Parts: sequence; structure tokens; C-alpha cells
Amino acid sequence: VIHEASPLAIVVFLAFVGLTLGLSFYFAKRSRSASGYYAAGGNIHWFVNGVAFAGDYLSAASFLGICGMIAFYGYDGFLYSIGYLAGWIVALLVVAEPLKRMGRYTFADALDSRFQSRAIKLTAAISTLVVSVFYLIPQMVGAGVLIRPLLGLPHAAGVILVGAIVILIVVTAGMVSTTYVQFLKGSLLVVFSAILTVLILNRGLVVDDSPEASEPQTVSIAPDGAKQVNGLPQGTGPGEGDLRAVGHVSKLPGGIERTGPLGPLEFLSTFQQSELVLWRSTETKLDDGTRVIKYSPRPTSGADILRPGNHPQFSAIRSDKLIDKVNFVSLMLALFAGTASLPHILIRYYTVKDQAAARKSTVVGIGSIGFFYVLTLYLGLGAMVSGALDVTDSNMAAPLLAKSFPDGGWLFAIISAIAFTTVLGTVSGLIVAASGAVVHDLMSSFWRVQMNDHDKVRIGKISAVVVGVVAVVLGILFEQLNVSYLVGWAFSVAASANLPSLVMALFWRRTTRQGIAAAILVGMASSLAWILLSGDTFKSVYGLPAEDSPVPFSQPGIVTIPLGFAVLVLVSLVTQPKKS
Amino acid sequence: MPGFETRPNTQEAADPHTATRNARYGAILFMLYVLLYGGFVAINAFNPDVMDTVVLAGVNLAVVYGLGLIVAAFVLALVYSWLCRSAAPARPGKRPQ
Repeated sequence: VIHEASPLAIVVFLAFVGLTLGLSFYFAKRSRSASGYYAAGGNIHWFVNGVAFAGDYLSAASFLGICGMIAFYGYDGFLYSIGYLAGWIVALLVVAEPLKRMGRYTFADALDSRFQSRAIKLTAAISTLVVSVFYLIPQMVGAGVLIRPLLGLPHAAGVILVGAIVILIVVTAGMVSTTYVQFLKGSLLVVFSAILTVLILNRGLVVDDSPEASEPQTVSIAPDGAKQVNGLPQGTGPGEGDLRAVGHVSKLPGGIERTGPLGPLEFLSTFQQSELVLWRSTETKLDDGTRVIKYSPRPTSGADILRPGNHPQFSAIRSDKLIDKVNFVSLMLALFAGTASLPHILIRYYTVKDQAAARKSTVVGIGSIGFFYVLTLYLGLGAMVSGALDVTDSNMAAPLLAKSFPDGGWLFAIISAIAFTTVLGTVSGLIVAASGAVVHDLMSSFWRVQMNDHDKVRIGKISAVVVGVVAVVLGILFEQLNVSYLVGWAFSVAASANLPSLVMALFWRRTTRQGIAAAILVGMASSLAWILLSGDTFKSVYGLPAEDSPVPFSQPGIVTIPLGFAVLVLVSLVTQPKKS
Repeated sequence: MPGFETRPNTQEAADPHTATRNARYGAILFMLYVLLYGGFVAINAFNPDVMDTVVLAGVNLAVVYGLGLIVAAFVLALVYSWLCRSAAPARPGKRPQ
């Protein structure tokens, strides 16, 4: 579908960027010391920090990815919402307070607080960088995906634009401006998602029984790249054609035409008894090399849409093979254990005053993130019946939903700009985490480079620029890669590499420095190797048959997280210090 | 560490009784949530058809349990926060771990 750049969207977008950069310059003077730059001086109010948690955590994958998955496949996207939120219970009840008590700038501090070990700093820094880069790539690619319909610019321009703005935010005021950008983004995202949900409930469900709403559509792409849509060249002029926006209710319970406004539970129960039209595509290749993609409507009962197992990734739960079920459990475990192991989330605990503030800000974070994830169900289902979906791009479901309301131009502009700010907030957090790992863990602690306070800020800014440029380059290179896998990779690697050492260093007195370093290395290497050899990666990244993969299922967590714990315990027991 | 100034930790950190007590409350509530979440994952993995059962106001178990897990996380967070609201009284004779 061809999206026209909307001038309104550009104005709102520029206003957001201006506001964000204005904040950064305003706070620049607060971040001249290392403590100010890397941890906002520990002066952030717990409520602001709590909303900033939401701004940090709710990445483009959450907002665009989950809404799109629900809009196209129903309940399965919501499984991610549930798993992503559950991870915060680990963060609050297990990790938050000891981490705050024992660390200063990076989570390696807390691991290392009893040992002063160079090996721990080195391994923790490497795992921070690996996880941050895996997380950065999908954010940058997401920026490129968004900028095309929003501003009408090519992919690379979007990635470079985001990279430049984020580098400016981080370099001017480090963690201080990052925190306020995330606070702003977190509040806007939650408030506007709530507004959209109210509009969805107020619109209720409406039957569209016009014949063209259920007409199949075809795109053919010739070997020279020329596209035809439904037999006409793709375009918006006379004699040209474009894909129709889709998504509607085909039957309501009791044969009524429209429900009128519905309550939150009433919406779900009515949805469950309705019949809705989902779209599925099939691709065939003609003899002359032309690819023909056919999009066909598939009327589906609401009861089937609101049950797990419709998305290809989750269909395995309905298979009879145990190994498929283990794969699902493994994914849900990685989501649960991954949150409290993400370096860019953990550093946020150092921006508040004390453990009580760390605890309170996590409660605010859980409240705002949980509320948002409840809304994702309504946004996704609302988009499914909005008549505004683009069959070729599930990521655009949420912004297009906004467009489907009367006078939705403003709303579309604001939601698109918020989606863009979403990328800014998460990327700046990741860059601060990565540059903290480089300067504090690698240079200062591992290589023992002598730096004064001023040097640490200066070198931190240089590494922020380097990490930002690397992210831009990767975001351009990986344009074609299915990025939703990468966020899952980041969670699996973070949980396998960081969680065992974090939990054991904080709670098991016999943990040794060798045990921690070994657990990080083994957890990281084993989960990475497993992912790179998995059937999912074979199919979607290398283009090889999934059956050739040597590992039995794709999600590593259920093997590699316990492996990390086992390695830590074994190595620690072998390397116990002699009693003096 | 040179360059990174070290601020003294705040009063709560100085009190190991409070830290130990909070960790114990945290562990109990954590186990509770693991049971809830584990139950959800197990039903989905091993008996997904149960999720179709309509349980509340015409809404099926998949949606009610899922929304319930999100609400439960927030409720547990509030309970934990309330339990930890003040410093633990020091108990002479009982050494913190």
C-alpha cells in the first residue's frame, strides 16, 4: 500500500523532536560529572523514574509488533504482553533492591561488589554490549519502517535521522535527558493508547457486508521490480491501482448490524460471539520469474481468534509433539527471566536515591506497563475490525487504526510521532547502557585506564557516538531481516548470560568470581550458538530448510538458563577460597 | 575507583535487618507469581483447549487468565510495597544473614 506523507504528521513529529532536544539542552548542565552523565546523579524522583521504565521498556516491538500481531492473528500477540510484563515481577521482587544497594553505574558493579575482579567486569561488559546491539538493531530497522509512510523518506534516511537525534540526546545530557525523554514517551504512549481504546469501545462493532470488503487481492511483482495490483500498475493516479485497506466484522451475535458503544468486558464477549474476516497470503512463482502474492479473506469466528495457537510461532502448542510444547515453554521462560537481565533496564535503578525509591519506581513501572499491555489487546482487536489494515505490513496496524476514526488525521499524526519517539526513548537508553559498559567496566575497571571525572564523561560521549553510528550502519544493513526475532534473541541471551550470575551473586554467599565469569560466558555462548543454529534462524535468516537445524527446538532459554546456574554453582564450588 | 565518586549508601542500606526482611517477603510473593504464571504456561502448552472455556461475563479463560496475570502482577507489587513500607525493627540476638 502506498502511504502518502501527511504534512500534519511531519509538523507533529518535528514538534516532538524539538521538545525532546530542547529538554536535552536544558539538562545539559546537570550531567557534567560522571555520576550525572551515567546515573543522572541519583536524583531522579521515583515517580518520574517509574514512568521512564515504561518509556525505556515499551519499545517499537511492543507497540507496533504486538498490536500488529494481535490485529492479524488474534490472541497470540497478547502472550508476548503477558510474558513481557511478568518479567517485571522478577525485577521488583528479586533484583531491584540488592542491585541498588550494591552497584553504582552498571549492573557489573553489583555482580562485582564483593570481588573487584577484572574477569567479571570484562565478561559483564561483553554481555551488555551483545544484548544492547541485538536490541538496537530492531529499533533502528523499526525507525526506517516508520519513516517511510510518515515522512515519505527512504529507509536509510529514517535510520540516519533517528541515529542523529539519539546521539544528540545522549551526548548533551546522558542519563538525565534520556530519563526525561523516556518519561515523556512513556506518558504519551500510555495516554494516547488509552484514548484510542476509549474510541474503539465507543465505536463498538459494526458489520461491513459490502461485497468489495471481502474481495481477494493480488499483487504481482515482475523480475524487473514492476508491481501490478489487482491487474493494474501500482499507483494512485488514473488507470493505476493500489491495495485496499481491510479488516471488518462479517457477523454480529443476534444478526444485528452495529452494537453501539460497548464496555471493556462487553467488547470482548461480543467479539467472541462474532465472525470476523482475517487475511492470509499465498505466494506463487510463475515461469517467467514473476512472483504472485494473493491475499484472501478468511471469515473466522471470534472464539477462534481469542484462543492461543493461531500464529505460526505458537501453532505448535496444538501439535502432539512434546518438543514443540517445550519450545513454547522455553520462550515464555525467556520472556519471564529476560526483563530483569536487560542492561538498559537495570541501569535505571542507579538513577534514584535509594532502595525504597527503586522499589516504588518499579511499582509505578509495573502499573504503567501493565496498563499499556492490557490496552494492546483492545488496540489489536480494534485494528483487526477497523477497515484500515494494510495487508502487506502488520507493523502499521496501530497507526492505521488511529486513521480509521472520523477526523483521525490528527490522531494518526500523533500516534505515528509517538511510535517514532518510542524508538528514540529506547535507543537512547541502550546507548547509555553500552557506553557505560565501555567506559566504566572495560576502560576503567578492566584495562585500568586512569581517567578523571571529566575524562569519563568525555570518553562516554565519544563511545555513545561510536555505538550510535554502529547502530545506524546495522539498521541499514539489516533492513530486510525479520527483526521481531532479534528482540527475542536479546531476551534469551540476556536471561541466559546475566540472570544466573545476578541472582547468585546477590543471594548465594559461596559464589566466586570465577563462577560468575564462567556463568556469563557459558550462558552467552550457549544461547547465541543455539539461536544461530536453530530452525527459525535457518529458515528466516539463512534461507535454509528448518529441518536441517541441529538443535531440537528454536528457543534456547529452557536449556541455557539452567545451564548458566549449573556452571556457576560447579565452578564456584571448585574454586572456593581456602579457609584462613 | 578514581573519578567515580562514591556516595555513602542511604540509611536503608545500612540496615541489614530490613534488607533481609524485604528479600524474604520478595521470595514468598515471587513463588506465588511463579505458580500463577507457570499454571498459565502449562495450560497453554499441555491442554490449550481448556483456554476456550467461557468463565466470566462471556469471556474465555485465555483472556481472563491473561488479563488476570497482568492485574496480579500489579497487586503483588502493591502488596510488596506495603509490606516493605517501614524499616524492620532490629531484633537483638538474631543476626541478619
